[in-house]
Amino acid sequence: MLRAQPLLLTLAWRNLWRHRGRTAAILFALALGIWSMVALAALSRGSLEGQLQKAIGNLTGHIQIHARGYRDDPAIDHRMPAPDAALATALTDPSVRVWAGRVRVPAVIASERESAGVTLVGIEPQREQGLSFIGTAVTDGRYLESPGDTGLLLGRKLAERLETALGRRVVVMSQDVKNQVGDRGFRVVGIFDAEPEAIETAFVFVGRATAQEMLGMGDTLSEISLRSDDRNRLEVPLSTLRTVAPSLDIEPWTVVEPLLTLTEKIVNVILVIWYAIVFAAMSFGLVNTLLMAVFERTREFGLFQALGMPPRHILGQVLVESLILLAIALVIGNLGALATVHALRDGLDLSAFAEGMEYFGVSPIIYPALSVGDVTMANTLVAVLGLVASLYPAWRAARHVPIEAITRV
Amino acid sequence: MERMTDNTVVLRNVSKVYRQNAIAVHALTEIDLDVPRKDFMCLSGPSGSGKSTLLNLIGGLDRPTTGEITVDGQRVDQLPKGELARLRLHKIGFVFQAYNLIPVLTAIENVEFVMQLQGVATAERREKALQILMEVGLEGLESRRPGELSGGQQQRVAVARAIVSEPSLVLADEPTANLDSKTAENLMQLLVHMNTEHNVTFIFSTHDKRVMDFSRRLIKLRDGRIVEDERRQ
Repeated sequence: MLRAQPLLLTLAWRNLWRHRGRTAAILFALALGIWSMVALAALSRGSLEGQLQKAIGNLTGHIQIHARGYRDDPAIDHRMPAPDAALATALTDPSVRVWAGRVRVPAVIASERESAGVTLVGIEPQREQGLSFIGTAVTDGRYLESPGDTGLLLGRKLAERLETALGRRVVVMSQDVKNQVGDRGFRVVGIFDAEPEAIETAFVFVGRATAQEMLGMGDTLSEISLRSDDRNRLEVPLSTLRTVAPSLDIEPWTVVEPLLTLTEKIVNVILVIWYAIVFAAMSFGLVNTLLMAVFERTREFGLFQALGMPPRHILGQVLVESLILLAIALVIGNLGALATVHALRDGLDLSAFAEGMEYFGVSPIIYPALSVGDVTMANTLVAVLGLVASLYPAWRAARHVPIEAITRV
Repeated sequence: MERMTDNTVVLRNVSKVYRQNAIAVHALTEIDLDVPRKDFMCLSGPSGSGKSTLLNLIGGLDRPTTGEITVDGQRVDQLPKGELARLRLHKIGFVFQAYNLIPVLTAIENVEFVMQLQGVATAERREKALQILMEVGLEGLESRRPGELSGGQQQRVAVARAIVSEPSLVLADEPTANLDSKTAENLMQLLVHMNTEHNVTFIFSTHDKRVMDFSRRLIKLRDGRIVEDERRQ
């Protein structure tokens, strides 16, 4: 076969251009399919990545530490002690980039006119910078200055709902450690904006020490949240933390936010289904084109055999034609997808169509993210399965009996 | 297993029956034939007499219903497909009535085709192809594709392709059928030259009196049987 390769390549290449229109049409269809596979994967990954980053930034972090039972019932009863020396040391490990302890309990907030159920979050303002969204989310008024700050940060949407404003007073009530109602008046010192908007109505932020005092918690905490350098490589910090604090519930974001993990799996499944649909359409076009070419050249294939070309070379010739088509289409399709991703680098704004999606944490602006794995999978699938699909027309070409092929009109 | 013999082609009791629906058509019946090396032989007879069938069987393009066919010492009726292809590649040249050139290859590439399959080095096959194209009078037309050549020129390319690798045997089915008198005569003179200078055995099938006049042996077929075997000077 090797010595015939240049001949097969020449025949395959020139045969492809015997019907330029037909070849151009199938190339366009193949390239379009590949483009859609890669571009859609980039948009899906980008959307998913946006959701993940937002979720992680919206208080989740990479790892969360709680008292056992808190995740099932996030009430004050399931609080945990402040980090002991061993845990505090582990939290200063280089694998932990930033961490903070929080009070996080269900509460009711009331203005002069309205009230709403919220989650009261007591934070250490400086530690939250770089850990969660709240460090940079205040757009009116000021951010909290210390754990003992007596001000309150309110989401813009909640402020509208409560018909209150910056500088006004609100009352926050929650259950304290003695199962009594603990309440306190706060002045709204800052208004924050968040995405998705649901965050603005779900959380109010106060100084951690102020919250602990209000609820009689002493120095106990509801949770510790931390960020590492890579959200997908948490084995080392998880192992270290679980070793020094075996009585605590220490889990990565994938466990804390199972919906995100599920979303990632769903996206992967959707992509595979999409790949299968696109590939099926592409392969029908490819096989049809090759079959037409094979039927048209029945006499030629008979001639090749009469002249001494082994059937495997005829098989090879049709496969080389298919390979050339696929290679050109892959190059065009991938370049098209890269160009699309580049053109959308500032984001694809779907806000006109996707208001409701915000409630699910899906940003209306999607930043496409090309994944090497997705690109490799799409290209490998098209190249390998494309060749497999081409085996049928190639086999048809190779199985002709020379005399029947030559005498065929 | 290859056996050395003085005959390029030997047929023993060869019959070919085609089935058309339920009807058996006897294309050839009990043919016995010896074709010595360097023979220049012509098969003649009316349409349907079995000329083309006999050529196809000798060339291994088709298989006999019964009988033995030996080409250059090899039993072609028993060879598997791959071995048959190898035999055709190395020992048999074909010239078909309808030229049968490869349309996407130029004249010289068509001539080189068989040598390329044989694995002949590029420089050597290019030199041989140019030489044979010159001999068939197509110098300067090497780069033309079949569609850019006249019928006579195409047939000469097909002849050049058949003889360039000096096979033991060339089978030509009505080689002059589509040619004018002058071109046909030139072509036959070229084949005679190949026969005498390069020791190639030729078997033709033809209706053409001009071709028969060039042959040294004339076999007449009728209804699938040899009815006359005439040696000529």
